[in-house]
Amino acid sequence: MASDEVKLLGAWPSPYVLRARIALNIKRVNYEFLEEKFGTKSDLLLKSNPVHKKIPVLIHGENPIAESLIIVQYIDEFWASGPQILPSDPYNRAVARFWAAYIDDKWYPNARAILMADEGEAKKAALQGAIEGLNLLEDAFLKCSNGGKFFGGDKIGYLDIALGGFLGWIRVIERMGDVTLIGNCPNLLKWGENFAGDDSVKDVLPETEKLFEVAKFIVAKTKASAKH
Amino acid sequence: MADGVVLLDTYFSMFGMRARLALAEKGIEYEYKEENLGDKSPILLEMNPVHKKIPVLIHNGKPVCESLIIVQYIDEVWKDNNSPSLLPSDPYQKAQARFWADFVDKKVYDAGRRLWTTKGDELETAKKDFIEALKLLEAELGKKPYFGGENFGFVDVALVTYSSWFYAYETCGNFSVAEHCPKLMEWVKRCMEKESVSKSLADPKKVYDFVLFLRKKHGLE
Repeated sequence: MASDEVKLLGAWPSPYVLRARIALNIKRVNYEFLEEKFGTKSDLLLKSNPVHKKIPVLIHGENPIAESLIIVQYIDEFWASGPQILPSDPYNRAVARFWAAYIDDKWYPNARAILMADEGEAKKAALQGAIEGLNLLEDAFLKCSNGGKFFGGDKIGYLDIALGGFLGWIRVIERMGDVTLIGNCPNLLKWGENFAGDDSVKDVLPETEKLFEVAKFIVAKTKASAKH
Repeated sequence: MADGVVLLDTYFSMFGMRARLALAEKGIEYEYKEENLGDKSPILLEMNPVHKKIPVLIHNGKPVCESLIIVQYIDEVWKDNNSPSLLPSDPYQKAQARFWADFVDKKVYDAGRRLWTTKGDELETAKKDFIEALKLLEAELGKKPYFGGENFGFVDVALVTYSSWFYAYETCGNFSVAEHCPKLMEWVKRCMEKESVSKSLADPKKVYDFVLFLRKKHGLE
């Protein structure tokens, strides 16, 4: 492989893979998208990410990079001459990293639990947590955006990508779980529309309808295996 | 004091130790505030309302939370400090450093916690997971003096603070880290020769006493 060839191992429904694709698009990097078949792990995946065996994996020349947020930062730093993804100020960078970590460690597990939990207290608690989290993110948006359309201001930045990866899934959870999440956050709702329409996003953002079908399948499968 | 730097922390936290260590590496003077987690201070609740956790670095009145984010912040702000960067400048090396620091938080922390909070089969699984994680890290270290290569770096900071908890883990789990990962223990000794490390890490015996206290409190003893 040439030393500057870029490949991305992924799957179209994955919010984490979407993050990497958006970052590559922002920098206008040509890459080959290698779709992993659902339920299987290719030899290339196992070889490139032996530790976690998960997608996405960015393979740049001979170098594999794993973990979506690490991949996004790598893309920003390697293709430094393109539009900046991370904020230039160290404090704003720390804030963006904080909220991205919050989304992954706290917010999304809560949101996902809305679908995976059985009805009753568990689902209510998950919903409550997800709504509180979105309110925090709505607040963060107002602080970070500085009047702009995105967390990154006038253009998409790190935190937009971190949350935006989940945009399709938020819509799916709302529909499948019959709940309102982003619908109650006017600024995030507008942000979502702007994000989805952006040039670096619109061609790679999965259609909510198709994600919905995948979600039904995954939820059923997860619930079935949990019972055994 | 370097432009008003305050650290909200607790003596025993391996996360707090990372912040102390990074500040020591950069030679930054700061005000240390020991928190009582059973009675969190108003300033902690104000500066980290989302997680209400330590460490919190307060720089010129503005809070930075989450230990690895704090370490990167310190590395980026005080980058011309006559001390080598904790993170490499090469983007790929940087990505690798972030990957392994993230691995420490994902795998070592969880297994370590289970070592002192569980018994029986769960404890045996925790031991297995913990040793497996350390072995992977040991392989990543390879023949290098530090994870950062010739210089003490980001992954070194991320992992070495856990070594202050090894004695507690070993005693609760009845095993020896040195027996399974001798090269890693050599690396720990090498790190402890650095003044910044030895003065930032908690005393392992005190950590063990603290763990015993927690175990009694949670009815595990």
